[in-house]
Amino acid sequence: MEQFIFWAFAAMLVFSASMVITVRNPVHAVLFLVVAFVASSGLWLLLEAEFLAIALVLVYVGAVMVLFLFVVMMLDINVAKLREGFIRYLPVGATFAVATIVAMGLVVGSRNFGLERYAAPAREAADYNNTAELGTLLYTRFLYPFEIAGLVLLVAIIAAIALSIRGARQIKTPKPERQVEVRREERVRIVKMPAEKRT
Amino acid sequence: MNMTDYIGALPEILLLALLCAVLLVGVFSADEDRNAAYWLAQFALLAVFAANTYIGARTRLVLFEGMYVRDSMAIVLKNFILAFAIIGLVYARDYLRARRIVSAEFYVLTLMAVLGMMVLVSAGSLLTVYLGLELLSLSLYAMVAMHRDSAMASEAAMKYFVMGALASGLLLYGISMLYGITGSIDISVVRNALADGGGGPIATYALVFIVAGVGFKLGAVPFHMWLPDVYEGAPTAVTTFIATAPKIAAFAMAMRLLVDGLQPLSSDWQLMLTWLAVGSMLLGNVVAIVQSNIKRMLAYSTIAHMGFLLLGVLSGNTGGYAGAMFYAIVYALMTLGAFGVVMLVAGEGSAEADRIQDFRGLAQRSPWFALVMLILMFSLAGVPPFAGFWAKWFVIKEVIATGHVWLAGLAVLISVIGAYYYLQVVRMMYFEQPEHMEEVHASGDTEIALSANGVAVLLLGVTPGVLMAVCIAAMRG
Repeated sequence: MEQFIFWAFAAMLVFSASMVITVRNPVHAVLFLVVAFVASSGLWLLLEAEFLAIALVLVYVGAVMVLFLFVVMMLDINVAKLREGFIRYLPVGATFAVATIVAMGLVVGSRNFGLERYAAPAREAADYNNTAELGTLLYTRFLYPFEIAGLVLLVAIIAAIALSIRGARQIKTPKPERQVEVRREERVRIVKMPAEKRT
Repeated sequence: MNMTDYIGALPEILLLALLCAVLLVGVFSADEDRNAAYWLAQFALLAVFAANTYIGARTRLVLFEGMYVRDSMAIVLKNFILAFAIIGLVYARDYLRARRIVSAEFYVLTLMAVLGMMVLVSAGSLLTVYLGLELLSLSLYAMVAMHRDSAMASEAAMKYFVMGALASGLLLYGISMLYGITGSIDISVVRNALADGGGGPIATYALVFIVAGVGFKLGAVPFHMWLPDVYEGAPTAVTTFIATAPKIAAFAMAMRLLVDGLQPLSSDWQLMLTWLAVGSMLLGNVVAIVQSNIKRMLAYSTIAHMGFLLLGVLSGNTGGYAGAMFYAIVYALMTLGAFGVVMLVAGEGSAEADRIQDFRGLAQRSPWFALVMLILMFSLAGVPPFAGFWAKWFVIKEVIATGHVWLAGLAVLISVIGAYYYLQVVRMMYFEQPEHMEEVHASGDTEIALSANGVAVLLLGVTPGVLMAVCIAAMRG
């Protein structure tokens, strides 16, 4: 049963990942990426990494990919232009891809990473708390890298603001704080004119 | 986790605290020139320099569960990174002010990049190597893009970002392979596991990706493509920064990963580095000849120098590593000065002086700074008695000692070719008529720093033994 679930998720992952880079429509590509994330979170669930599996769905599928989808929709990417030169670079790209796949196939396999070389990790007891373990590790053994990862996010915030802020506002908009202070004298002027006679 | 961990990592913690202060000052000070942020940033770097020099014993400390290593190599390299960042900021200030692109974020990102370099230099685990690298790179991408109205800067930032992301991916893939075979991300554990089990073809496979990651950061051929475009497109103040301190950090990264971690595979990576070094020296020096833009020329010169630096690393002994360390420091010092002069010649206007022709007749416009540039160019070319000559001397000596005489011969031959384009700049300065006689001047602190920079290159050339002794002591631990 577990084998079947693994192969089902693995097939889904490989299929959707290859669709991400081959479909013509960028919105479809993003949606396939969502499927790929869900499939890999299924694989993590099989490895009993429940917290990571759920965090992957919540953070990536729920937040990052939705944002990504918005960006892709707004950018209105011209796919035909992106594909220019595809044929021209195909021989070079294909050579490197084949070489990499062959090299990977030679070293990353059951011959080098099989069970006889690396024993399967022991199964944890049913009341093993994955999330608590993760939290303890993050705040003790991995405190230093955890803090630096936080700094990387701070750099991202500073950079995003520094690159997008344009100084004082250029557009004309109403200022509510000034609007509520307006008095009658500033807006209405009563002009007295003598009535004109009808000719 | 205890107090010794925090005291050992005090320089980093202090830098982080002061960096946040600079960020706040930048938000609240209304000053157009951002003087408050500038002076606070300079104070931060000086304070961290002092903390790094004086606090704690000089013995090897391993803190934070092996994530952080404080040894004498880390202390010396951090001090040089901080010093070059301080001088780089002095040069940058006039340039940024004249072009009205000065912002507090520039100083904050500079400090962030310095922090990233310090983390990288002190990395004791593959995870901290990666995180330090990302902290450094992300700050640099943003700094390149800082000049938003320049299309070239945006293009350079985009190229840098895409290539950098790819290189990070390659490095991570290699790290994941290493974790797969050794079951640890601690660099010393990885080394012991590889020494015991050998690792076989997977270790070599992982090594390829790690060498690619290191090669990208150094800018060695064939991972050099980003370098000329980024150097040319970025504002010169940012180029100055990218070209100096991060190269020292990249050297430290090579030492941590290849020498500390993958020493059992040294025969493999020595071969890979040999080809990287030969390619870099050849391509860098030959392509630099045809450049008409001085920033681009210095970019190709960087590629060539990285080839020489790798010669020291691939020698695979303490002398070679010390030679490479000497090379990294001297290279950064010379390049810092060269870009400083480029910014000085660009002057007060918003224009750049990045064509080699802009240096025409500089000797008549400003005899002193032409002389400084002459010293720097001779030193970059490797003419005795300047520091650049000794840098080349030490690495080539080690290469011969390890028996690669052909490699040493090639290096000497190539540096003769390379001398051509450095002397081209000297010829422009001394034997051509200037287009105009406008005086070259900058604020007092820039002129003092630039003069000191040139004199330092000369003094190091006269007494190279002082710095070399420091490097050898650092490599012995």
